[in-house]
Amino acid sequence: MKLTTRKFDALIIGAGGAGLRAALQLSNADARVAVVSKVFPTRSHTVAAQGGVNAALANVLPDSWHWHMFDTVKGSDYLGDQDAIEYMCRAAPKVVYELEHFGVPFSRLDDGGIYQRAFGGQSQHFGKEQAARTCAAADRTGHAILHSLYQQNLRARTHFFDEYFAIDLIKDDAGHVLGVVAFEILSGEPIVIEAKTTLIATGGAGQIFRTNTNALSNTGDGMAMALRAGVPLEDMEFVQFHPTGIAGRGMLITEGARGEGGFLINDQGERFMERYAPKAKDLASRDVVSRAIAIEVREGRGCGRNKDHALLDLRHLGADTIMKKLPGIREMSLTFLGLDPIEKPIPVFPTCHYSMGGIPTNRDGQVVVPMKDTPEDPVPGLYAAGETACVSVHGANRLGGNSLLDILVFGRAAANHILDYLEENRFHRPLHQGSVDQALARLARWDRKGDGEAVEPLRRELRKVMEDHCGVFRTAEVMQEGVTKLRALRERIDNAVIRDHSRTFNTARVEAMELENLMDCAMATICSALGREESRGAHSRMDFPDRDDERWLKHSLYSLQDDAMDYKPVRTQPVTVESFPPKERVY
Amino acid sequence: MDFSIYRFNPETDSAPYMQDFTLADDLIEPGMMLLDALLLLKEQDDSLSFRRSCQHGVCGSDGMNINGVNGLACITPMKDLKAPIVLRPFPGMPVIRDLIVDMDNFYHQYREAEPWLVNDSPEPEVERRQSPEDRDRLDGLYECILCGCCSASCPSYWWNPERFLGPAALLQAARFIQDSRDQATEERLRRLDDAYSLYRCHGIMNCTQVCPKGLNPSKAIGDIRRTMIKRSV
Repeated sequence: MKLTTRKFDALIIGAGGAGLRAALQLSNADARVAVVSKVFPTRSHTVAAQGGVNAALANVLPDSWHWHMFDTVKGSDYLGDQDAIEYMCRAAPKVVYELEHFGVPFSRLDDGGIYQRAFGGQSQHFGKEQAARTCAAADRTGHAILHSLYQQNLRARTHFFDEYFAIDLIKDDAGHVLGVVAFEILSGEPIVIEAKTTLIATGGAGQIFRTNTNALSNTGDGMAMALRAGVPLEDMEFVQFHPTGIAGRGMLITEGARGEGGFLINDQGERFMERYAPKAKDLASRDVVSRAIAIEVREGRGCGRNKDHALLDLRHLGADTIMKKLPGIREMSLTFLGLDPIEKPIPVFPTCHYSMGGIPTNRDGQVVVPMKDTPEDPVPGLYAAGETACVSVHGANRLGGNSLLDILVFGRAAANHILDYLEENRFHRPLHQGSVDQALARLARWDRKGDGEAVEPLRRELRKVMEDHCGVFRTAEVMQEGVTKLRALRERIDNAVIRDHSRTFNTARVEAMELENLMDCAMATICSALGREESRGAHSRMDFPDRDDERWLKHSLYSLQDDAMDYKPVRTQPVTVESFPPKERVY
Repeated sequence: MDFSIYRFNPETDSAPYMQDFTLADDLIEPGMMLLDALLLLKEQDDSLSFRRSCQHGVCGSDGMNINGVNGLACITPMKDLKAPIVLRPFPGMPVIRDLIVDMDNFYHQYREAEPWLVNDSPEPEVERRQSPEDRDRLDGLYECILCGCCSASCPSYWWNPERFLGPAALLQAARFIQDSRDQATEERLRRLDDAYSLYRCHGIMNCTQVCPKGLNPSKAIGDIRRTMIKRSV
């Protein structure tokens, strides 16, 4: 049987905000671009982002990109790369204005400008008064952005491969990435998509944890593909637990709820954040607030019958603000809790939300790996952007409102670099058949019949291991046990089988391949966490409670080969301004 | 809890059939949604096929016909459903497999509505201004998640899916006609001004009844008509 082969200048895997922003830039520049997505584009998880996107527009309070940069560096617990952070914060107003021109229905101020709200970790004057930097379309900002970007791509006639599952990258012996082997979910037919450049924009891997705010499709496909292509993953130990997931369920309650004035209380009715962050209180960084809630519960001040959560109180905001600024939150509370936040506080608990780590890139979106003489050598033809990537602008802890910004700025930046690359690399390199065959074998592996464990129980076990052994508070002993369990699981997954072997829209096969990807991401996370013997940002070690800049102001790199750990320096030098040196972090 | 679920695999089945499933009562937890139940049923039989992703009603993947009414499985509480729960794919759309329908025509009609902002004025270096009142006119229009519940419940769309745009696409048309920043209003109205695109809507209002986001395509269509009439006199 002949394998279908298609050729494009630029290939994008993933149709969330980063992929679509890049695609738009490329289509508008008349490059031949293809977007491959396992779900219809508007079903990508960007659609679920609520609160907004940060940019120092100064529409509500005084602001500057430099203050935004300071907050981001501090929020990252000094692990963020300051050149990339400067680049992002400087570019922020421009990308937000572009969005507005693309048609995003931002909420508006009385003067007709874009509405901005306060979010956690934001300040004026380098750590002084609270800032209002988050541009919002009610509490549906991600939806508004994703749909507008998709619409603009329709206008630009971008070519979409909807509901195609990417199996693996194609890479030749010289290390050039030549595209991807995918399969059409509808027909089950494999396809080779050749491209001069490949951008991975597949989002995060939140499904490695049992309770998470993520879509079922957030299975770290791109991260795992990169690992299998020999690219290490950076800083995977840094997993953000969002302070306000709906307790026990995981649905996200935006930080914008606290930005609009909501606050957290314990079983005494006490606003406990005043003790943990006297100045910023409920708008401290997410890592700080999540730890505070976890400590309150652990020390017996949790709410509810099982004393296992905190309450988010919005009642004092009044019906008007809630209906106008947080309509989606109200709708979700009514649907999932049968509770109206106008009348009752919402039960919340820290919930796995975001992968700070990912595929290492520079600020042009090029994927970079350590080589003999440099820690960051670009992989020719390969790019990554968004949650799947690690630029790193979030370091050890991401600020709310910086993820939508990240996808826009670096989706765009990657596209611009791709255009330059295409100028200089006008022809496709010869296809590497060995690499294609390997990917096809990965697909065919699931045709195996006979006895074997099923996929779903294994997936459930994996997520439970991660929650029990690599959660908010970590110790060497518990994690070591987790690694042992995961290694055993990895072998069992090798022998798992699916019962459904039909070609047509076989979701069992998709889920099986997603499980393999989750496995690789989970292993990367726990090995990196075990390696880092300090507490920084979202990574809290009970056995190493302090930050240790002398030994650990560096990025982790996990490789699939032997689960090996390596490290590389933080880029502490910004592009034009002075570096922000590490300081004690108080809010 | 008993289920009766529409099954069809084009590779092995000459015709669709309904299959009974049972979910043990001790697996049903308080607050459980239909999607949670479906995921458990898929563990019994991994060939049971349906789309799903976000699990909280924003991605629009898991639209289906639930006890006769279109809705999203992930935000349909189990406690509201009468047993046996009868699940079918969207009516009026070609079935690919089980609960998965071919939405190509639905997306085609969406594109026909040219759902993108058109503004050819010189681009300012900042945002284009829009008053809060003008922005308010987009509420109830821009929140559509393209799940398809509305169009798949509309008899006019069932009969004329190629020529009638259907409620979802018309809601998009209204969203851009209403946007004070958009300059293509005349062109948009002209494109809709034929016997089918818009005017096949007979005000049956199934769309509004089933919309899982509480939107009102029926009203949006009425507003477009009124705008059209106003322009023509």
